[in-house]
Amino acid sequence: MSEITNYLSPCSLDDAVRALADGDVTVLCGGTDLMPQMEAGQREYASTLMNIRRIEGLAEITLTGDTCRIGALTTVSEILTSQLLDEVAPVLVAAADQFASDQLRNAASIGGNICNASPAGDMIIPLLLLNAVVELASWQDGAIQTRLISLHEFFKAPGKTVRQNNELFAAVLFDKPPPGFVAHFCKPGPRPALEIATVSIGIGGVLEDGVFSDVRAAMGAVAPTPIRARRVETTLEGLPLNADNIRAASVSAGEDATPIDDVRASSWYRDHLVRVLTKEVLNDVLENTN
Amino acid sequence: MMSLKTQINFKLNGQPVTVTVPVTMNTLTMLRDELDLTGTKYACGEGECGACTIRLDGKTINSCLMYAVDCDGREVVTIEGLKSGETLHPLQQAFVDHGAIQCGFCIPGMIMQADYLVENNPDLDRARIRRGLEGNICRCTGYTKVLDAITSVVESRE
Ligand SMILES: Cc1cc2nc3c(=O)[nH]c(=O)nc-3n(C[C@H](O)[C@H](O)[C@H](O)COP(=O)(O)OP(=O)(O)OC[C@H]3O[C@@H](n4cnc5c(N)ncnc54)[C@H](O)[C@@H]3O)c2cc1C
Ligand code: FES
Ligand code: FES
Repeated sequence: MSEITNYLSPCSLDDAVRALADGDVTVLCGGTDLMPQMEAGQREYASTLMNIRRIEGLAEITLTGDTCRIGALTTVSEILTSQLLDEVAPVLVAAADQFASDQLRNAASIGGNICNASPAGDMIIPLLLLNAVVELASWQDGAIQTRLISLHEFFKAPGKTVRQNNELFAAVLFDKPPPGFVAHFCKPGPRPALEIATVSIGIGGVLEDGVFSDVRAAMGAVAPTPIRARRVETTLEGLPLNADNIRAASVSAGEDATPIDDVRASSWYRDHLVRVLTKEVLNDVLENTN
Repeated sequence: MMSLKTQINFKLNGQPVTVTVPVTMNTLTMLRDELDLTGTKYACGEGECGACTIRLDGKTINSCLMYAVDCDGREVVTIEGLKSGETLHPLQQAFVDHGAIQCGFCIPGMIMQADYLVENNPDLDRARIRRGLEGNICRCTGYTKVLDAITSVVESRE
């Protein structure tokens, strides 16, 4: 069994990525995923435990030109109460409102939610709709280097991402959606609180003169990673959003999804839910733009 | 396996404290076992029930999920920090007056979260209180008297 020999709590991104250069580091943010996973013996600590919550400048939500940037340490509560996000990406705020409880939201970070790479991560679905990009920082040749990866290419498997051990997730970025863009997120459950999604779905697009365009759809907990629902997107793109096309999209959603049986639901039920929810979300989009 | 320990300094219920804790210890265990503050309760240990709710820099969190080392340099308030001298906090008194306590196990967390809600919501109605208590589970009271108690404090404030 490995042993922790070093605890770090850097105050600058510089120090943090330098420490990561060795690679043998467990990154700690809010701890709401890390603590239970460690307690349950699902993971082991690396030789260094690095608390990143003191890094300055990594908890900001900013808009520069048309690009919105959310720093890794930003909590779900901060997303929920952000005036800026309410204007540029209300679907992300709506998803934050359905996230766990006040106590969890106050601790949980966006970086942790994305890096934990749960197929059910609630912040991920709206960010997929926003065509978000992930910024990874590392220390190379004596300086901080960053690379950008599209969020939908970031996930490999449950808990696995393309982030290398020497990289820190620094921020998630997205461009302000086009004028008229509306998006809805839906996560059903017996009560809104503390519900890990059985399935979740988000669909957005521009609805103009009854025609739906720039369609983006994403689903959670229906595949090994959160996914873009490409068949749903093609089924709807450039067509009127009417009952027939909504029905066709719900069939496509069933084709996009490849759910499994687990403690939360059977694959049969998830498949059924995905179809029903697709209709629900699209009807919401219709209602809210008329 | 010996876990690495580190020394941390923070403010606990208004007083500065210094403790040396294993770096993997959670805040709840530190409070109860190292600092003898047993008002904060351990129930689920996984963020579901809210019995371990404390304030960290003014915000409520589940202390069972938080690494104790992360308290370093911060301000922590537990249920023990609410009353002043022998006088109960208005919420504590309201819970007593409304019979909102049965076994009592959930109450410290419930009151910490209620205090946070009252402080941060200028117009706190029953529906908002209910939503705000989503992370606090009580297996005894059925919540009605808890809501009555908190509502009475909100009303007396107006
Ligand atoms: C009771 C309960 C309810 C929950 N409900 C929900 C819910 O409704 N919806 C939902 O989506 N999730 C939920 N979660 C999961 C969890 O709260 C979130 O995933 C949260 O956003 C994780 O953030 P954190 O800051 O606590 O991450 P941590 O636990 O600190 O870290 C999570 C993982 O990401 C890594 N990591 C964190 N930050 C970085 C970074 N910047 N760079 C590189 N790696 C990093 C860590 O090493 C770790 O592997 C719930 C958890 C619990 C215990
Ligand atoms: S003991 Fe922490 S939430 Fe239940
Ligand atoms: S009073 Fe017993 S759990 Fe709430």
